[in-house]
Amino acid sequence: MSSWIVTNLWLIPAVPLGASFIILSLANSRRRTAAALAIIGQIVAFVFAITAFLPTLYLPGFRAIHNFTWFTFGDQALRIGWVLDPLGAALMVMITLVGLCIFVFSIGYMAGDKNFSRFFSYLSFFSGAMVGVVIANSLLLLFVSWELVGLASYLLIGFWIERPSAAAAAKKAFITTRIGDLGFFLGMLWLYHNSGTLLFYDQGRGCLENAGLLAIGASATFIALLIFCGAVGKSGQFPLHVWLPDAMEGPTPVSALIHAATMVAAGVFLVARVYPLFSLGAVNGVTTSLTVVVSVGVVTALMASLIALAQFDIKRILAYSTVSQLGLMMVSLGVGGVAAGIMHLIAHGFFKALLFLGAGSVIHGLHHEQDIRKMGGLRWIMPVTFLTYAIGMMNLSGVPFFFSGGWTKEEVLHATGHWPVSRLPYYLVLAGVILTALYMTRQIIYVFFGSARNTDFQSVRPAEFHSAEASTTTENISVGRTGHRPVFHAHESPRVMTMPLTVLALCSILFVLVLTPAWPWFQAYLNGEPARVDFTSLIQPMLFFSLALVAGGIGLGWLIYRRIPDPLARARPGLFRFLENKMWVDEFYEQTVITFSRILARLADWLDRYFWDGLVRLFAGIGQALGVLSKGFDDHGINAGVDETMSGTRGFGRLIAAAHSGQIQTYLGAIAIGMLLLLVLYAWLG
Amino acid sequence: MTPTLQLFLIISTALFSIGLLAALSRRHAIFILIGIELMLAAANLNFIAFWRFSPEPPQPTGVLVAIFSIAIAAAEAAVGLALVIAIYRHYHTTSVDKLDQLKG
Repeated sequence: MSSWIVTNLWLIPAVPLGASFIILSLANSRRRTAAALAIIGQIVAFVFAITAFLPTLYLPGFRAIHNFTWFTFGDQALRIGWVLDPLGAALMVMITLVGLCIFVFSIGYMAGDKNFSRFFSYLSFFSGAMVGVVIANSLLLLFVSWELVGLASYLLIGFWIERPSAAAAAKKAFITTRIGDLGFFLGMLWLYHNSGTLLFYDQGRGCLENAGLLAIGASATFIALLIFCGAVGKSGQFPLHVWLPDAMEGPTPVSALIHAATMVAAGVFLVARVYPLFSLGAVNGVTTSLTVVVSVGVVTALMASLIALAQFDIKRILAYSTVSQLGLMMVSLGVGGVAAGIMHLIAHGFFKALLFLGAGSVIHGLHHEQDIRKMGGLRWIMPVTFLTYAIGMMNLSGVPFFFSGGWTKEEVLHATGHWPVSRLPYYLVLAGVILTALYMTRQIIYVFFGSARNTDFQSVRPAEFHSAEASTTTENISVGRTGHRPVFHAHESPRVMTMPLTVLALCSILFVLVLTPAWPWFQAYLNGEPARVDFTSLIQPMLFFSLALVAGGIGLGWLIYRRIPDPLARARPGLFRFLENKMWVDEFYEQTVITFSRILARLADWLDRYFWDGLVRLFAGIGQALGVLSKGFDDHGINAGVDETMSGTRGFGRLIAAAHSGQIQTYLGAIAIGMLLLLVLYAWLG
Repeated sequence: MTPTLQLFLIISTALFSIGLLAALSRRHAIFILIGIELMLAAANLNFIAFWRFSPEPPQPTGVLVAIFSIAIAAAEAAVGLALVIAIYRHYHTTSVDKLDQLKG
C-alpha cells in the first residue's frame, strides 16, 4: 500500500490537472458538469493525499522517494521524482482539503458568472500545480510546478479580464514573482553546477544529502539566497510583496486559494524543503542566509501589519495580514523553527481560507461591496458568517486555547525568542502580534458590529458582477436597524457557501488537538520524532505573556475602534495616509525601478529608432545612391550607345528604303550605273 | 573599209546603249521589253563578232551561243509579254510609273 502510493504519487496533482483540461474542453455552458468534475477531481486528490499521509504516520521520520530518468542528454541523465515525507504529506492534505472547501464555496460565490466553467478549470489547475510543488523530489520538477502555480495565479487574478485593474494586477503578480523566479532559476543552475544533481533525496547522492551538500560547500550561502529570491517573490515578502494586495482583484475564492492554501505557501514550503542548503555550515544554528531570511521576515511582518491598520478594503486588510503572517513564518524558518513555521503555515492555511471565504460571503451578501466603512451591523444578518469569521479572527489574532493559530504562533514566538543572534526579531514579532490583534479587531468591528452604515447596497454595480443577481432573491432581509429607514438588503449566503466556512472553522479548531505543548504530536511528526505527552508544559510564562499581549491588542482595538470614523485617521492623519497608501512602496517603485526601466526602454527605443535605424538607413542610402548611379550609367551610357546604333541603323534603313521606290526603271538605271562604274573601274585598274 | 572587231563592238555598244536608253526612258512596258530585246541583240552581236575574230573560227561555238540566246530571248519576250498582259488586266494600265507595288 505504502509503496503503491509512493510510486503513484503523481496521481495527486494529475487528477485535478486532468479535471482542469477536461473542463476546458467542455462547452462553457456545461456549468454543472464543470463544477462536478472539479470537485470530484479535488475529492479524489484529497483521498489520495490521505492515502499518502497514512503511511507517514507509522514511522517517525518516514521518507519514501521514487526517482526515474526523465531524459538522457548525451552522457547526462536528467532524473526527476517525487518524495513522500511528513512535510509534503501534511501540506498535501491541507492543500487538497482547503482547496475542496474553496471549490464548494465557489459554486455559490461564482453562481451566475458567465465564465463559471473556466473558473473551475483554473481552480483545479491551480490546486494540481500546487500539489506538484509539494511532492516534487527534484528542484527542476518543483520549479516547473512552481511556474505552473504562477501561471494559474495569473489566470485567476485576471479572471475578470474586462476590468483593466484586474488585468494590471494579474500582470503585476506575474512579473513581480518572475523577478524572484529569476533568482530561483540562477540558484538552481548554480546548484546543478556544483552538485551535479537536482534531486533532493537520492539514496545519499541527492543535493540535500551529505554527499551533495559536501559538493556544494561554501557556495551554499549564495545558492540558498538565490533560491530564497524565488520564495520572496512567491510568498510576498518585502520587497516583492507589492503584487499580493493587488491580487485582490481576482474573485474572492481565488484570493482564498492564493493566500491560504497554494501560491504563497509555496515560498515558505520551498525554504523548508531546501532547508539543509540554508543551514549548511551553521554555527549554533545560525548562517548568513538564515539571518537574511529572518531579517526579511521581520521587516515584512511588521510593515504589512502596520499597513493593514489603515486599509478600508475588507480583502486588502486580509491580504496584508497574509503578508505579515508569511513574514512570521519566514522568521520562524530563519531562526531554526522549521516545524513551527510549517505548523503555522498549515494552521494559517485553514484560518486564512476561512477568513477570505468569510469575507467573500460578506461581499456576496452585500452585493459586492468591499469597503468596510459601508458595512457594519452584520452580526445579526449573517450569523454563520459572523461566527466563523470570528473564529478565523481569533486564530489570526493568536488567541490560544481553542484556536490553532494561537498555538502555532506561540511556537513561532518560542523559536524566535531562543534565537542566539539577537532578541530584536522577537520584540518586533511581538509588536506585530499586537498589531495583528489590533487590525483584526478593527476589521471585525467595522464589518459586524455597530449599526448598518448608510449606502444603498442595491445601487447599481458594474455589470460584470452577474453573480450578485443570481442568488439574492430568497434570503433578503430588510435591514432597518436604525429604525426609520430600511436602507439596504443584506442577506446570509446560501448553504453551499456557509458549509465550507463551517468545515474550515472546525478544522482550525480541531487542529489544536495535535498542536498544544501538552501533546506536540504534529511538531514531532514534522521533526521525525516520537511525541510525548506532557501536560506540565502547558504552563509557561511565555504563554501568559503573549496571551496578555493578544488580549491587550484586542482590548485596545475594542476601545479605539468603537468610534467611527477611524480614530487613528483623526489623530495622526499624516501617518494614516502614509499607511493607507501602503507606505508609498508602489509609488517608490514607480519612481525608481519602473521609471528606470522606462528610461531604459526609451533609450533602447531611441537607439533603435535613430542609431541602429540610422545605420540601416545609411547602408540603404548607399545602396540607393549606387543604384541611381548605375541607372544613370545605364540610361546615359549603355542605353545611349545602343540607341545611337539603333537610330543610325533606322536612318540608314530609311535611306535605303527610300531608294526602293517600286519604280522598275529606277532599279534598272541603278543597275546600269553600277555596270558603268564597274566598267570604269575595270578600265582604270587595267 | 575592212570590217574590224572594233567596228562591231562600237555598233553593239551603240545598240546596247539605245536599248538601255529605251528601257530606262520609255514608260510603256512594251517599249521597255523592246529595249531589252535591243540589249539582247547587242549581246548576240558581240558573241558573233568575238567568234568571227577568234583564232579558231571553224568551230561554230559563237553561232550556237547566239542561237541559244535568241531562243531564250524569244521565250523571255513571250514571258515578258504575258506579264505585261497580266499586269494590264490587273491594273488596267501598262505604264510602269504606276506599277510601284514593289517599293520597300
